[in-house]
Amino acid sequence: MSGQSTYTPKTGLEKWIDQRLPLPRLMHDTMTTFPTPRNLNIWYTFGGILTFCLGVQIVTGIVLAMHYVANADMAFDSVESIMRDVNYGWLMRTIHSTGASMFFLAVYIHMFRGLYYGSYKAPRELIWIIGVLIYVLMMATAFFGYVLPWGQMSFWGATVITSLFSSIDQVIPHLGTAITTWLWGDFAVGDATLNRFFSLHYLLPFIIAGVVGLHLWALHVPGNNNPLGIDVKSPQDTVPFHPYYTVKDAFYLCCFVALFALFVFYAPDFFGNPDNYQKANPLVTPPDIVPEWYLLPFYAMLRSIPQKLIGVLVLVGSLVTLVFVPWLDTSRVRSCRFRPLMKQFFWAFAVDCVILGYCGSQSVDAAAFGVPLVWVARLGTLYYFGYFWVLMPIIGLIETPKKLPTSIAQSVLGEPAAAPAE
Amino acid sequence: MGAVGVVAVAWPFIDEMNPSAAVLALSSTEVDISPVAVGQQVVVKWRGHPLFVRHRTAKEIAEAKAVNVSDLPDPLARNSNLPDSAPATDANREFKPEWLILVGVCTHLGCTPTGFEGDYGGWLCHCHGSQYDTAGRIRKGPAPANLQVPPYSFLSDTRIKVG
Amino acid sequence: MMRTAFSLGLAMGLLATAPALTPALALDTTKLPVKKVDFSFDGPFGTYDQAALQRGFQVYKEVCSACHGLDHIAFHNLDEAGGLGFTEAQAKAIAAGYKIPADPNDKGEIFDDKGTRLTRPGTLADKFPNPFANEEAARANNDGNLPPDLSLIVKAREGGAHYVYSIVTGFHLNPPKGFTVTAGKYYNPYFEGWNIGMPPPLTDNAVTYSDGTKATVDQEAHDVATFLAWASDPKMEERKRVGFGALVFLIVLSGLLFFSYRKVWADLH
Repeated sequence: MSGQSTYTPKTGLEKWIDQRLPLPRLMHDTMTTFPTPRNLNIWYTFGGILTFCLGVQIVTGIVLAMHYVANADMAFDSVESIMRDVNYGWLMRTIHSTGASMFFLAVYIHMFRGLYYGSYKAPRELIWIIGVLIYVLMMATAFFGYVLPWGQMSFWGATVITSLFSSIDQVIPHLGTAITTWLWGDFAVGDATLNRFFSLHYLLPFIIAGVVGLHLWALHVPGNNNPLGIDVKSPQDTVPFHPYYTVKDAFYLCCFVALFALFVFYAPDFFGNPDNYQKANPLVTPPDIVPEWYLLPFYAMLRSIPQKLIGVLVLVGSLVTLVFVPWLDTSRVRSCRFRPLMKQFFWAFAVDCVILGYCGSQSVDAAAFGVPLVWVARLGTLYYFGYFWVLMPIIGLIETPKKLPTSIAQSVLGEPAAAPAE
Repeated sequence: MGAVGVVAVAWPFIDEMNPSAAVLALSSTEVDISPVAVGQQVVVKWRGHPLFVRHRTAKEIAEAKAVNVSDLPDPLARNSNLPDSAPATDANREFKPEWLILVGVCTHLGCTPTGFEGDYGGWLCHCHGSQYDTAGRIRKGPAPANLQVPPYSFLSDTRIKVG
Repeated sequence: MMRTAFSLGLAMGLLATAPALTPALALDTTKLPVKKVDFSFDGPFGTYDQAALQRGFQVYKEVCSACHGLDHIAFHNLDEAGGLGFTEAQAKAIAAGYKIPADPNDKGEIFDDKGTRLTRPGTLADKFPNPFANEEAARANNDGNLPPDLSLIVKAREGGAHYVYSIVTGFHLNPPKGFTVTAGKYYNPYFEGWNIGMPPPLTDNAVTYSDGTKATVDQEAHDVATFLAWASDPKMEERKRVGFGALVFLIVLSGLLFFSYRKVWADLH
C-alpha cells in the first residue's frame, strides 16, 4: 500500500545515498517492508519468475548479439557458429531459445492467475491493462526474435504474418501493399527485413522492462490481490515482503529454473521446429508453416476464418478484448474460489486455449476423430470471444457467490486446523 | 507551423524504412524466355518472389479462354499493367496468349503453388489447397484472388523485362 | 517431441477420416513411422560411441560426400572432445587429403595455365569442401534433385537419427499395388510421398571398415546415422554433462530453499 515510508537508513553510506537518490528507500519500501497478504499461493510467484525470465533473456540476448550477424546470407551460419565454435555459445543460445518458451509459460500462468482471482478488478484495472501491453510487446519481441536465425520457419512465418497487413487493401486499395512494402523494406521478406527485426528485437525488451516498472508501480498503489479476493483490512492480514515472500519466491524460482534446466540440457529442441534447421529459401515453401507454441492459439483463430481481413480483425480483436476485461466482468466477487459457476467456465476457457493451440499446430486440412480441425477452431474461437463478451457480463449478474470470509487473517488463522498459507 | 515541423522531422524516420536505392535497383529483372519450351514453366526470382514464366499449349489457352468470367471467384484481372477494374478475361492476363507471366505467390498466405497440378491444369498450392486455372485464376480453395500479373513488357520476342 | 505427439494425433485423425473422405483408389502416401533402433547417444546419459563415429565418418567420406556437403563441420572438429576421438595429427592428415581452392598467389592468379582452379591442401581451419560449386551444379549432376547438406540433417528432420537410419535402409521394399514410382525417383516409404530423388546409397561392403567390423547395410546405416547425429550436435556430451551437474545443484538448492521457506513461515502460526 502506498503510504508514508518508514525507512530509516542504518549505515552512514545508506544515509548518504538516500539523501541524494532515494533508491535505498525505494528498495526498502517495495521489497523489504512492503505489506503483502499472508495467503499468497504458488500462483503468485510467477511475477517474480517473469522478472527473472526477462533478465535472463536480456543477458543471454546481449551475449548472443556479440556473435550474431543480421545479414540474410550470414545469419543462419552465424547461429551455427555460436552453437559450435563460440565458447559456451551452445549454452547461451539454448538458454535464450528455451527461455522464450519458459517466459511465455510463466506469463500464461500469470495471466490465468489474474483471471481466476479477479486481480483485474477495481482498483487494479490499470495493472491488468499494462500487463496486456507487456504481453503484446512480448509477442512482438518473440515474433521478431524467431525470424533472426533465418531458417525456413523464420522466413515463412515472417512472410505469412507480415502479409496479413496486405488485407488492408480490401478496405483501402493499395494501402495494405504500401504498408507491407514499408515493413519489409523490400518487395518481399528479405535482408532489409531481417536487419530491422534485429534492431527491434534488441529494442523491445528494454521497453518491456520500462513497462514492467510501471506495472509494479501501479501494483504498489493498492498492493497485491490474494486468493480470497478480499481486501486487506488490518496488519494481521499481511506480512512484510522480506523475508516471507523473498524466501518463498526464491524457492519456487529455483523449482522453475530446475524445469528450465531440464529442457535446456536434456531436450533443447523440444519447443522448436526441425524445419528451422534448414536455411531460409524464398522459393521453397515448407509443407506446414507453424509459429512457436505460444502463438498457436492465435494462429488457429486466424486460420479458422476463411476471409483474410476478418481473420486479421479476429486476431487483433482477441487481444484488444483483454483490455476490456475489468469492465466486462460484472461480478462483485473477485476470486473464482467463491464463484462456483464462473469457475467452471474459467476451466473450460483454459481447456479451450489448449484445444485452439492444438488446432494451430496441425495443418489446415487436418481432422481428429473425423471432425475437421478448422471447425473445432471455429467453435474454440467462438467460446474465446463468448467467454469475455457474453459469459463474463452475464455470470456476474446471475451467479450466487459463496460466502466470503470476514478477513484474510480469519481465513488463514481462524480455524484451528487451518493449513499454513500455501 | 508546429505540425509542419513535426511532419518534416518525422518523415525521414518513416521513409528510411521504405525500399532503399539498392533494393529498387534490383526491382527490375530481364528474363530470356527462349529456353522455355511449349507446355513448360520456369521459375525465376524477381524482387525476392518466385516468378512463373509459362509457355502455354494451344489446349491450355483454349481452356482458359472458354471460362466465363462471371463463374470466377475473383472477377478482377489483377494485372499490374492494366487498370484495377479490368475483368479477369484470359486476354487481360497476358500480352501474348502463349506466354503467361505470373507472380508465383499464392494469394492466400504466400506459399508457392506447384505448376501443372490441380483440377484445372494450372497450379495447385499444397499449403491449403488453392487451385488456379491455366490463366492463373483462382478457381477453388481459400485464396481470395487470382495470381498477380507483374508489371512487364516484351523487349523482343525472346526477352521480357519484369518490374 | 511435441510435433511427434501431435503427429500421432494427426495420424489417428487421418486414419479415422481416410475411409470416409478419400476415394477408394487414392493411396495414402504418408511416410511410415521411423524404425525403432537403439543408438548409444539416446537418453539423458547417452554418449557417442567413438568407434561408430569413426566408421560413420568413413561411410560419409567414401559414399555420401560424392553428393552431400558437410558445410558446418571443420577439420578441427574431428579432434574435439566429445567427438570422433582423432588426435590432432590424425585430423591434420585428414584435412591435408582434401584440396581447397587456394588464395591468389603472388601474381594474383587463382587459375593455372590450363584454366583449372589452383588448390592447396586443407588445414584444420578449413571446413569440409562441398562436392559441387553451387546449387545449379548440384542439380545438374543429380537429375535435377538437390542433395541436402548433411551437417544439420539429424536436427532438420523429424525423427532425427532414426529418420536418417530409416531412409538409408528403406530402399529394399517393393512398392504396393497401385503405386507407380515417378520417373527418375526411387521408392522409399519412409520418405513423404514415397518418391525420393536419392538412389539407394548403401550396399553390403560399400566400405571396408578399418577396424574390421562387418560392413552390412544395417551397420553402415547405423554408423553413418551416429556420425550425422554428432555432426548436428557435437556439443551433446558436454551439454548432458553440464546438465547433470546443474540439475543436481538446482535440486539440492531447491531442497535447502524449501527448508528455509518452511522455517521462515513456521513462526506465523
